[in-house]
Amino acid sequence: MIMFSRRLALRSFGATIAVAAAMTGFSASAQQTSIKIGYAVSLTGGNAGGAGITTLPNYRLWVSEVNAAGGLELPDGTRLPIEVVEYDDRSSTEEVVRAIERLATQDQVDFILSPWGTGFNLAVAPLLDRFGYPQLASASVTDRADEFAQRWPRSFWLLGGGADYAGGLADVLATATASGVMNGDVAIISVADGFGIDLINAARPAFAAAGLNIVMDRTYPPGTTDFSPMLNEAKSSSATAFVAFSYPPDTFALTQQAQVADYNPAVFYLGVGAPFPTYLGANGANAEGVMSLGGIDTSNAAMMDYRARHEAFAGQPPDSWASMITYAGLEILQEAIKRAGLDRDAVSAEIASGSFTTILGETQLQNNQLRDLWLTGQWQDGTFVAIEPTDRPGASAAIVPKQPWAN
Amino acid sequence: MLLTALISGLVLGGTYALVAMGLTLQYGISRIMNLAYGEFVIFAAFCAFVLFTAYGISPLVGMLLVLPAAFVVGYVLYGVMMQPLVKRSGKTGALDVDAILATFGLMFVVQGVMLVTFGANYTSYSYMNFGVNILGASIAANRLLAFVLAVVIGGALYMVLARTRWGTAIRAVAVAPEAAPLVGINVNHMARLAFALGMVLAAAGGIMISMYQTFNASMGVVFAMKALIIVIMGGQGNLLGALVAGLMLGLVETFVATYIDPGLTLAATYAIFLAVLLWRPSGLFGKGGRA
Repeated sequence: MIMFSRRLALRSFGATIAVAAAMTGFSASAQQTSIKIGYAVSLTGGNAGGAGITTLPNYRLWVSEVNAAGGLELPDGTRLPIEVVEYDDRSSTEEVVRAIERLATQDQVDFILSPWGTGFNLAVAPLLDRFGYPQLASASVTDRADEFAQRWPRSFWLLGGGADYAGGLADVLATATASGVMNGDVAIISVADGFGIDLINAARPAFAAAGLNIVMDRTYPPGTTDFSPMLNEAKSSSATAFVAFSYPPDTFALTQQAQVADYNPAVFYLGVGAPFPTYLGANGANAEGVMSLGGIDTSNAAMMDYRARHEAFAGQPPDSWASMITYAGLEILQEAIKRAGLDRDAVSAEIASGSFTTILGETQLQNNQLRDLWLTGQWQDGTFVAIEPTDRPGASAAIVPKQPWAN
Repeated sequence: MLLTALISGLVLGGTYALVAMGLTLQYGISRIMNLAYGEFVIFAAFCAFVLFTAYGISPLVGMLLVLPAAFVVGYVLYGVMMQPLVKRSGKTGALDVDAILATFGLMFVVQGVMLVTFGANYTSYSYMNFGVNILGASIAANRLLAFVLAVVIGGALYMVLARTRWGTAIRAVAVAPEAAPLVGINVNHMARLAFALGMVLAAAGGIMISMYQTFNASMGVVFAMKALIIVIMGGQGNLLGALVAGLMLGLVETFVATYIDPGLTLAATYAIFLAVLLWRPSGLFGKGGRA
C-alpha cells in the first residue's frame, strides 16, 4: 500500500513538473527528433472486433503513410517522424483511463488519438481535457455532443448522434411509404446496451413524427444468439419494414436467421456490422438491399483512393461507416499540426475553426462536431452506398423493396 | 406458435448442451475447473472457418481433422499443466483453486494466440444455412445438426459410461478418487482421458457454433459462462444432467422470448439457475454419483 501511494505521489510530482514546464512556455520542439503520438484501443476483449475493423487499421495506415512521406509537417516546413505509443485497454473503461493517464504523464506524448466506442470516449474526455489534449472522437455516437463540446472545449465529435441516424432512417421509410412500396408499419428490435438504447429512444419520436407506425418494439439483451422468436413475431405482424439497432454478432445472426425464416420485408435495416467488409464476405449476394448506418459516395475519388490504400495496407477494405470518419479525423489533426505546430491549444483552436480537405471533401466542424454525415446506406452490387440525406451530392437512390433472399 | 417455440427451444438447447458436456467431463471427472474452456471452443470455430474458407473443406469433414487434434491437445495439456497441480495438491483440496488460477492464465494465453493468428475481427461464414421444415416450424439446418449431434454424442457417451467397464472406471474416479486406486484403477490416466475427451466436445461445439454464429477471438467467455451454468444445474460431472439442463435452458429462453419479452431471456436464465440450486443444491441429477 505504501508503495502504491509513493508511486501516486511520484506520478503527481511528475505531472506537476510537466504542467509547470508547460506553463513556463518551455518548448522542447527545438531538440525534438520525433513527434510522439499515443493511443489506447481495445486489442483484446469484447470490443476488439469493432476496434480491430474501424480504429486500429486506420491509425496504423495513417502513421505508415505519414512516416513514408518523411513525417508530420510543421509550420516551418520541417518534418518529424511519428513515434507511436500503443496500449491495449482490454475493453475495460478503467484500463483506458489508466492508459491515457500514463500517456499524458509518463510517456508525455505530443498528441493522443481517441479510443474506440462511445463509452470509452466519454470515459477519457474529462482526462484529456484536464491534460490539455485535443480529442477527435471518431468512433462514438452521441446525441449530447453540444453539451460535451461546451464542457470539454478541446473535444470533437465526428460521428453524429442517435437522433441523426434515426431521423435519416425515418426519412427513408417515409419516402418508401409515400411511394406505396411499404405500408408504414415498422417492426423494431434493439439491443439493450449503449448504441441500441440511444437509437431506439431517438427512433420512437422520429418515426412518429414521420407518420410511421411502430407495430413491434422489442429489446433484447446483449449476447442473444437466437433471434427466431423475434423474427417470427415480426413476420406475423403487419410490418413491411424490419429495423434492428444491433451489434455486430447480432447483425450477422439476424441476416442468416431471416433467410431461414424466409422473412422478406420491403426494408431490412440492421445496426453496427452491416457496413463491415466481412458482412459482404459472409453473405455475398444476400447482402444486396440490406440497409444500415453510414454509406459511401462512390463518385468521391479521394474516398475511393483511400479505400484502395486501406485494402492494400490492412488486407481488407475499411468499413463503410466509421472507418472513413476515423481517417478524416487523422487528416484534420495532421493539417492542424502543419498550421499550428505542436502547441496543443493552438491545434485545438485550428481544428475547431479551420477548414480542411479530407477524404470526405471540404470538411469544417460546427460547434466541435462533424455534421456532414451519410446517415443511411444500402448494399448495392457489392458496395455499401450512401442513400440519405437524398439531397446531398453523391447520394445513390434507395432500392425498395429489397430483393428476396437468394436461397 | 407453441410448436415452433418448442422446436426452436430444443434446437437452441442442443447447442448449449453440446458445449456444456465437455466442461462437465473436465470438471466432474478430471476435477479441473477449466476457465479457458470457452477459448478452446472458439479456437475450434476458427479452425473450422480456416479449413472452410481457405481449403474448401466442409466443417463436417473438418471435424475429422479437428477433433483428434483436440484430443491430443487436451491429453498433452493435462500432462504438462494439470498433472503437476494434481500431484502438488495431494489431499489438501487446493486443486480447485489452483486449477482455476492456472486455467485463468491459460485463457489469456489462448486468447492472445488467437488474436495474433486470426486477428480481432468478427468472423463468420455460411454453411447449411437453409430452413428445414419440421412440423411447420422452419429450423436452420445447421442448428438442427448441432441438436442431433448433441443428442447423439450425449447419448453415446452416456451409454459408454453406464454400460462399459471403462465407463464404470471413469465414474468411479468421479465419485471416489481416493478409493478408486484400491481396485486397480489408474486415476491419473482416467482423469487425463476425461480431460482430453472434454476438449473433443469443446471442439465439436465450436465447429457447430461456427456454422451459424459470428464469433471473434474474445468471445470465449460467453460460452464458458453458459456452459458453467449448465454444468452446475445438471450436477457436477453428470453428462445426462448437462444434456437435460442445456435443453431446458434453450426451451426457457425461447418460450420467454416468444411469449413474454426477448429482453427477459437473460433474467429467466439466471432465475431458473437459482431456482434449481435452491431446490437441489447439488444440481438436477445429484453429484456425479450416477452417470
